[in-house]
Amino acid sequence: MTPLVEVRQLVKEFRRRSGLFGGGTTLRAVDEVSFSVMPGEMFGLVGESGSGKTTTGRCLLRLIEPTSGAVRFRDTDVLALSPRELRAARRHFQIVFQDPYSSLNPRMTAGAIVEEPLRIHDIGTQSDRQARVRELFDLVGLATDAIARYPHEFSGGQRQRIGLARALALEPSFIVADEPVSALDVSVQAQVVNLLLDLQQRLGLTYLFIAHDLRLVRQVCHRVAVMYRGRIVEMGTATDVFDSPAHPYTRALLSAIPSLTSDGGRTRIVYDADAHERRPLREVAAGHFAAV
Amino acid sequence: MINLPDPTASLLQVSDLRTVFRRADGVEAAAVDDVSFNVGRGETLGLVGESGSGKSVTALSVVRLVAPPGRIAGGRILLEGTDLMAIDDAGMRQVRGRRIGFVFQEPMAALDPVYTVGSQIQETLKAHGLAAGSAASRRAIELLDAVRVPDPARRSREFPHQLSGGLRQRAMIALALAAEPSLVIADEPTTALDVTIQAEILDLLRDMRRMFNLSVLLITHDLGIVAEMADRVAVMYSGRIVETGSVRAVLDAPSHPYTRALLASVPSGVPGVRPLSIAGQVPSIFDRPLGCAFAPRCPDRFARCADRPPLFTVASDRQAACFLHERTTE
Repeated sequence: MTPLVEVRQLVKEFRRRSGLFGGGTTLRAVDEVSFSVMPGEMFGLVGESGSGKTTTGRCLLRLIEPTSGAVRFRDTDVLALSPRELRAARRHFQIVFQDPYSSLNPRMTAGAIVEEPLRIHDIGTQSDRQARVRELFDLVGLATDAIARYPHEFSGGQRQRIGLARALALEPSFIVADEPVSALDVSVQAQVVNLLLDLQQRLGLTYLFIAHDLRLVRQVCHRVAVMYRGRIVEMGTATDVFDSPAHPYTRALLSAIPSLTSDGGRTRIVYDADAHERRPLREVAAGHFAAV
Repeated sequence: MINLPDPTASLLQVSDLRTVFRRADGVEAAAVDDVSFNVGRGETLGLVGESGSGKSVTALSVVRLVAPPGRIAGGRILLEGTDLMAIDDAGMRQVRGRRIGFVFQEPMAALDPVYTVGSQIQETLKAHGLAAGSAASRRAIELLDAVRVPDPARRSREFPHQLSGGLRQRAMIALALAAEPSLVIADEPTTALDVTIQAEILDLLRDMRRMFNLSVLLITHDLGIVAEMADRVAVMYSGRIVETGSVRAVLDAPSHPYTRALLASVPSGVPGVRPLSIAGQVPSIFDRPLGCAFAPRCPDRFARCADRPPLFTVASDRQAACFLHERTTE
């Protein structure tokens, strides 16, 4: 099977103009990251803050311009697209943001927010678009009387549904879901996660699911890549990575999760990056890669 | 007859606490609605709930830090026999810091950005008459060392913004412990931290609890943290405690349908198994259903739920505010 999205040697450097020691310093937020996402897959990208997972997601969609590398979407070389071609191509790949409180324009009604991408891409007549908005509200489980309301009138979970309806307006095949549930209460998280799974089945969507909740990633993702300081240190099926972690950082990360069945007697593994030599990814078992 | 303190008594006893908030149109509603709990000496009580449950307002009420449009409308708070509702503001300031230490989610809520970490600890020591001058500066370094801040002498001369998130959290814990309080209130102490740093801070809190024989009121939304840290748990929903008991008993066999649903919605980590969600959302305190506040979302609701359920005793040291347990008490 050919991958829907293929990322090769992606690098993003940020230049800090006046470094602490004078002159400019360069921070490599994403450091030679490569992975592929198969059609219909939910691919998890996990890591702690500063690991580069969010920057990676944004580079794929060119919301941030990568420094170097290649991103292929179906047959399209995404990084070679002109600004006009990129705008047209954005129909096919969309993003859902973490914070449902700041990602929706407070001055627009929920209906106008969802309709906006259709207007930008000049799709359909006004009544076509309104019919499509009603369809989208229905699809994400929002009542149609919500169309005329403003973002502040909705709870966090409902706002994530609005963001998702907007992302789905142009019928994309690929969605970067950047921490889509981490700002939500646990009981509401499950509602949104299940909606993402339902939509995947109904619409054949492919997701890059960026998250820090390892239990959730393990539960819903087919394959996962673990990032640490800009690099992928381990990648494989969720079962391989979580049940037989090969990289010491993955082991440390897994050992840090508080467990419902624990009594505090957990043995914690501490990862000391300086004690480990930096190695390239190698295949430790079929389809299971680790930088060891 | 001399009144000796009862050594078996709770360190903190909160009874029928009621804290109300006033909306712009003048309507008042209870964010904390007749809440009662105890924290024993050396005990950690986990107060757990989702946003809007009233857990943080409960913590602020205990130290009388509720700001308008909120106010404490009733109840009794006893700390080692002192009625905190009866003392004046100056007395209350002495209680905060000296007898009750705070650890917040956001360290900058406790640390002052314009003073060095060391000078803030020294200031606390001086304010409570515990140490001054070079003794205070030595003690500040000792405290930073105790919370495992590396190179504590150098760090004590740094400003909060110069520390990483994890170190800042440690500095705040050192500040909370400076006056050797008997109770620490920790409000989502690790929520803003990465999971590996969270694990370090939880380990530290556990050690500090033993070292200082602390009682802890731990406010959290994370049942995993409750499982690891707390002896007993009180589950809050819409301003009320709906279930209490020992942590293992409650997590292994929850008695209240809300606790059950909340546990089921925690990701299990089992591949391919969908997380269970609770339909609907937590009601606003201004729009709380009559009777049981959880009833509209409850799979087990029945006619009885139109009334407000009191806490029924389910087993020894176990209570649940659900009419499913009504008969078992008779």
